[in-house]
Amino acid sequence: MTRDDVRNAVIGILTDIAPDEDFDALKDEEKLRDQFDLDSMDFLDIVMELRKRYNIEVPEADYEQLVTMTSCIDYLQPLLKNQQMAS
Amino acid sequence: MARNWLKGAQTRYDSVVIGSGLAGMTAANMLAKAGHSVLLLEQHYNFGGLATWFKRKGGHILDISLHGFPIGMIKTCRKYWSKEIADSIVRLQGVRFDNPQFTFSTTFDKIDFTNIMRERFGVLKEVIDDFFVTAREMNFYDNLSMTTRDLFEKFFPGRTDIHRLLMEPITYANGSTLDDPAVTYGIVFSNFMDKGVYTFKGGTDALVKKMKKEMLKNGVDIRNHCLVDKILVEDKKTRGVRVNGREIESDVVLSNSSLPATIHKLTGDEHFSPEFLEEARKVRMNNSSCQVYMGIKKGEKIDYTGDLLFTSVTDEFSAKKLCDKNVTSRTFSFYYPEIRPGTNQYSIVSSTNANFEDWANLTEEEYLKEKDKLIESTLTALEKYVPDIRSKVDHVEASTPKTFKRYTMHTRGSSFGTKFEGLKISKELPEQIAGLFHTGSVGIIMSGWLGAANYGVIVSNEVDRFLRKVKSERLETVSV
Repeated sequence: MTRDDVRNAVIGILTDIAPDEDFDALKDEEKLRDQFDLDSMDFLDIVMELRKRYNIEVPEADYEQLVTMTSCIDYLQPLLKNQQMAS
Repeated sequence: MARNWLKGAQTRYDSVVIGSGLAGMTAANMLAKAGHSVLLLEQHYNFGGLATWFKRKGGHILDISLHGFPIGMIKTCRKYWSKEIADSIVRLQGVRFDNPQFTFSTTFDKIDFTNIMRERFGVLKEVIDDFFVTAREMNFYDNLSMTTRDLFEKFFPGRTDIHRLLMEPITYANGSTLDDPAVTYGIVFSNFMDKGVYTFKGGTDALVKKMKKEMLKNGVDIRNHCLVDKILVEDKKTRGVRVNGREIESDVVLSNSSLPATIHKLTGDEHFSPEFLEEARKVRMNNSSCQVYMGIKKGEKIDYTGDLLFTSVTDEFSAKKLCDKNVTSRTFSFYYPEIRPGTNQYSIVSSTNANFEDWANLTEEEYLKEKDKLIESTLTALEKYVPDIRSKVDHVEASTPKTFKRYTMHTRGSSFGTKFEGLKISKELPEQIAGLFHTGSVGIIMSGWLGAANYGVIVSNEVDRFLRKVKSERLETVSV
């Protein structure tokens, strides 16, 4: 996966978790929590979906890496580089 | 011969869940959805734990714990259960307070509370806003030495009336007091204040029926009348449970039984480190409850007086008095026909917090006498709000901490789980014994409808992680 693929993968997960939010206007550098109505359970959902869809494990200590889109991509891309997008 | 409630059960599962409280059911459902085999064992005939109800002659259906929950439950049900369940959630219209310090109705949300605190209590808007922000921003990693009392004194010094307004409903919701960590208050209060109080249309019976249907659809093997008496441990690992005299193997045992019972009774102290046991023994339980259930005669009506009524005749809020057997404070939950469409019947449930010790050591005769006294004093208290209640009621009965203990098997009949320190112990179980997990009402914040369901999800995430690892290691062994 490229950085763009990882971004699309995260958007795909976010869209399923919070179907009422519009992620088109997402600003990559800003905290996800400040832009959208996401709580700590939603972030847990991201972790669970990453495991289910891409078989990657985000330990609790690394949850803070998911704070912005850019930090998500920085953290996830090395873990996902050998994978294809989930359909 | 006794019926075999485990007929057709497999000899092994990926996971066995002990207890079908809301956390146990939610975890079981999540694990099945993640592709693991799950056996859910409930000792009672009803599933739901304290999310339960009972039926009585005269068409009465009486709910035990369906008093109201925060809006967050809609999202939780949609994500972890089904749209059908989420869509059955409706908002309660009104909450009423009546005590020597104040009397009014509220929609119990941030906007209305802000107005009330400004107009009735004369607090500056900036202070109220600041309080709401502070409560909202509290999280798990905050300093725990600040108590709720400290928090209230900081914002509303000496204002016992405001302290009561802010504390009393939450004490009824989760058994917490002014002496518990402010973080527990901040989280629960903010959840409620978000957008008011909600309930399930159809009542607890309809909800649990839908949850059972969903679990079966996802492949959970659900069994009632199945009492687990031992969690089997070998080499610091769980290997299953003993239930109704039969051993069932599993990689994971997830206990939704109460925390002390899980450690000391089901597992056994010999399997834990001395340090862990020492800390586990320090975990305090929250109080228990007494309830009086009143079924209204068919054809009789109760005028709308609010869905929840917090009443008290004591001068000031006192968590200790709230548990006193000499009851001075009660919450009345009114169930109007709209809650169970088609039944056209009303019921009222009075809840009071209570201490197990006050009820556990009475003789049978004293116990029955005390129960009658509780019923009588409740009807008398209710007459102030429903003057002809005695002529409208055709079924009335009471439950006590002993009743709660009998049906849930919770230590000391606790109806709100453990105090704050229980959360750490609950989370650390798997570090002591691989494959042993706990979910249920702990730490105050993981209690109530929303807390319990969400904790079920949080723990099921840990279980899923563990099971995937076990399964992949097993595959590797096979391929070697």
